[in-house]
Amino acid sequence: MSVASLAGTGRFFRSELLLIFGRRRNWLGLAILAVVPVIIAVAAKVNAPGEDEGGFFGGITTNGLFVALAALSVELGFFLPLAISTIAGDAVAGEANQGTLRYLLTVPVHRTRLIAVKFAALVVFAATAVLTVVGTGMIAGLLLFGGGKMTLLSGTEIGFWGGLGRVAMVSGYAAVCLSALAAIGLFVSTLTEQPIGAGIAVLILYIVSQILDTIPQLSAIGPYLPTHYWFAFGDLLRDPVSFNSAGPGLLSAGIYTLIFTTAAWARFATKDVTS
Amino acid sequence: MSLAVSSEGLTKRFRSGQVAVNAVGLAVPAGSVYGFLGPNGSGKTTTIRMLLGLIEPTAGSSNLLGTTSFAALPDVGSLVEGPAFHLYLSGRDNLRRLDAADRHADPATAAARIDEALDRVGLLAAARKRYRAYSLGMRQRLALAGTLLRPRKLLILDEPTNGLDPQGTREVRSIISGLAAEGTTVMLSTHLLSEVEQICTHAGVMHLGKLVAQGSLPALRAGSETRVRVETSHPAEAGRCLEALGLKDVSSADGEARGLLGDLAPEDIVAGLVRAGVPVRGFAVERPGLEELFVHLTGEGFDVSG
Repeated sequence: MSVASLAGTGRFFRSELLLIFGRRRNWLGLAILAVVPVIIAVAAKVNAPGEDEGGFFGGITTNGLFVALAALSVELGFFLPLAISTIAGDAVAGEANQGTLRYLLTVPVHRTRLIAVKFAALVVFAATAVLTVVGTGMIAGLLLFGGGKMTLLSGTEIGFWGGLGRVAMVSGYAAVCLSALAAIGLFVSTLTEQPIGAGIAVLILYIVSQILDTIPQLSAIGPYLPTHYWFAFGDLLRDPVSFNSAGPGLLSAGIYTLIFTTAAWARFATKDVTS
Repeated sequence: MSLAVSSEGLTKRFRSGQVAVNAVGLAVPAGSVYGFLGPNGSGKTTTIRMLLGLIEPTAGSSNLLGTTSFAALPDVGSLVEGPAFHLYLSGRDNLRRLDAADRHADPATAAARIDEALDRVGLLAAARKRYRAYSLGMRQRLALAGTLLRPRKLLILDEPTNGLDPQGTREVRSIISGLAAEGTTVMLSTHLLSEVEQICTHAGVMHLGKLVAQGSLPALRAGSETRVRVETSHPAEAGRCLEALGLKDVSSADGEARGLLGDLAPEDIVAGLVRAGVPVRGFAVERPGLEELFVHLTGEGFDVSG
């Protein structure tokens, strides 16, 4: 690609981001994501959880950064996948539904370029959604409980900046997992002209994957499910950092991303656009 | 004569088995204003979608500006099946989005080009309004503005005056005529014959997925036959006289007689009638309009094809 064509794609990419982040509905979604960590922080302040309490909740009163981690683990269960499903389902189906797809393609925008830009924008949205949760979690946590040293899951204490680094790693891991879901959503979005239907389908896929993962008799397929390693980010909070589950988690997300972006491209490249 | 749009055996069979477009061979000369006529459902839009690469033909091929559709598209402005924009963006932001998607467009001149296009369709004053608040006429104009974001060699416009009031229709036709005068080839699909008669130099007629006629307007008109009509108090006598003069398909009715003119000169017929003592109250040579031709070709006028 020449520099000029890359610059041209950059402009289209910015326009795509404006479309996502210029929409009131999406701001509302991000606002809802931001509310959860605040609720967690306030609730912990009002009624302090015991040190023996599970997950990250136990650590909240000792270090505000744990609010961000607690909020992330809570929201990764539903709100974040909901947000990603909605936006990803909308990516192509929304344009098809409105009829704007035919006008993009006749600009012309090459179909491969369209899929690439759509996916890149979804990745940015996934990262933004995670940062919204983690960011508000950290602000609320640090305001109410302060920072200081962080006790890792393996029991080691690290300094505030080290803790911040760990939170950044966990955020990155969550964004990678959500990007894989976005890739699935992008593919589903090329199958239909109903953006809401596509969004719901992706959310259902996510929930079904979660349910199958809890059935002991199906443990053989567990590791192949797209969500199997999503909550493995605890690995990144050990000393030294463990990749026992987080490693396969990144690999799994990478493979799902590759498969479904390719499928979306293959499907869309030859699709008759009759909307 | 080079062709701006050409196709050979262009065919689309949908998965349902329905053949929407059947072996269409278009020939739109460069520099022409080509009226793509046909009743609703006759396959015009499907043909246009194939020309623009939105759908893949089942068989056959097409060319725009002598090259493949994708290579030609930067020089082609198009309007397909009505306007479509993002509801919650303003008219100007919607055009910005289209321009941003165009990797060949110069970002430095984007603002000026967008405003010029908006001005040309009379939307500059409403540029900041959300598309949601636009009337159908304004939406149609915005779609037209979208085709004018840069100079085009070819415009493919599907029903461009649909939904416009008479004033808007006149303005859009004048914009199209203006572009054509600058040398842009225009292919215009419509079911309005008056539109074709007013602004087109060429036409093609679609019926049930087939291109049943194509050519310049004079050539198309020449294909149908001219009649004479005599107004008289003695229609039977006039009819006999017309037959004697060699006219075919003569009919006489209440106060008039008609016949096919054929190769005869109208002035000779009038002289013949007067010589025979037929009282002539009026005499007319009727060249059939496109409407008669259209009805003749499609056999149904403006009904929807199944």
